[in-house]
Amino acid sequence: MASGSVADQEGQVMLLGFWFSAFVKRVEWALKLKGIEYDYVEEDLTNKSTLLLTSNPIHKKVPVLIHNGNPIAESLVIIEYIDETWKQNPILPQDPYERAMARFWANFIEEKVTEPTGEALVSQGEQQEKKVKELKEAMEVVEGEAKAKLNKKTLFFGGGNGVGYVDIVLGWTCNWMESIEEVGGFKVLDPESQPQFHKWMANVREVPFIKTTLEPKEKLVEFFRMVRQDRLGLVANK
Amino acid sequence: MAEEEVKLFGTWASPVSRRIEVALKLKGVQYEYIEEDLTNKSPALLNYNPVNKQIPVLVHNGKSVAESLVIMEYIDETWKHNPILPADPYERAMARFWAKYIDEKFWPAAMKIVVANGEEQKGEIDEIQQQMKNLEGELKEKKFFGGESLGFLDIAANIIIWLVVAQEALGMDQILNEEKLPVLYGWLQRLLDDAVFKECVPPKDRHLDLFKVKFGSSK
Repeated sequence: MASGSVADQEGQVMLLGFWFSAFVKRVEWALKLKGIEYDYVEEDLTNKSTLLLTSNPIHKKVPVLIHNGNPIAESLVIIEYIDETWKQNPILPQDPYERAMARFWANFIEEKVTEPTGEALVSQGEQQEKKVKELKEAMEVVEGEAKAKLNKKTLFFGGGNGVGYVDIVLGWTCNWMESIEEVGGFKVLDPESQPQFHKWMANVREVPFIKTTLEPKEKLVEFFRMVRQDRLGLVANK
Repeated sequence: MAEEEVKLFGTWASPVSRRIEVALKLKGVQYEYIEEDLTNKSPALLNYNPVNKQIPVLVHNGKSVAESLVIMEYIDETWKHNPILPADPYERAMARFWAKYIDEKFWPAAMKIVVANGEEQKGEIDEIQQQMKNLEGELKEKKFFGGESLGFLDIAANIIIWLVVAQEALGMDQILNEEKLPVLYGWLQRLLDDAVFKECVPPKDRHLDLFKVKFGSSK
């Protein structure tokens, strides 16, 4: 099948996901921001569909975006694809230097906030302490950026009143972080030392197309508790 | 009109640093190269990349960009001739997906091989060979990942050269060779033959010596 061209942008859009996945939600936020119609397919973690396994044979993970039959995996790659295929409501800035800054921060967030949070969820003792320390240091940098970039007129990292790339990439913290902290038994969020970041999280939660997608805390806690027990159980049995 | 000022902070043996040299040379961009000593980082480097304090850092008219793949995208968007990324959004997504794969899966696997021993090393070798087979699936029958000429993914895949030098330094040849991975091996020869690319590969003997010192002693 020929790869997608600009003329095909009106074609079918399908998103394979899990309800609990922050990575999937990011892609949904990007699609909703652009007003793109899509079919959502809820995958079963314990029984992945043939479509998922053939669309993402390398990682076998969600999210996978399928546009005109062409599959794309990895949330950040998908979001850039969405931004380049549908030009309305840009997600990344226009200027090359600003785009580089947005990508740099997205990378930083993934490496220093997103990954260590996932690792802290499924670790304990010294290993977990190490991750939590990394997280706290990273959050200092994030608060520094929030202080530098945000104010009464600029609510989001995307500039002004609209969310952009960095907001979408970091946005998971506004809902998932609290649940993971509770299950993992650690604390990284601190309103006193992160006032600007907490203001930003509150603003993200209120964005209409984000608000409707946020899962209830109890549901996430129950799910992540299962993940933690599962993973620690495996480690203990080695 | 003000002269465009481009500086690159890097190190001679770092693949991510060499990626930027290839990108700049493909675009014919004049730049000043500053060799950093990572055991004694310059105040300039720390000033231009205060967050990660790492190389490579590109400075363009006083503004700094860090992270090699981010820098490569910046270069492609700033100097628009001789494009590094394809024009089609889907093909761009594929190039970015595989570049990420190389940085997040291949490179850590390569690092593990050089310090592992015995059974563990064998496991790591099997893993990385599977990864390289996956990459062959993306290359298919093309001359380069970028098609007729070098592109984003070819440049990002320069880490494969580091693996080849490392395996030679360790007195091995069974990880990447013509027999095991003919498609990738062929690509590698074409890459090393490319006029621009070959200027940006660390001098072989010096590179081998470095690896023998770094990794040889664990054997």
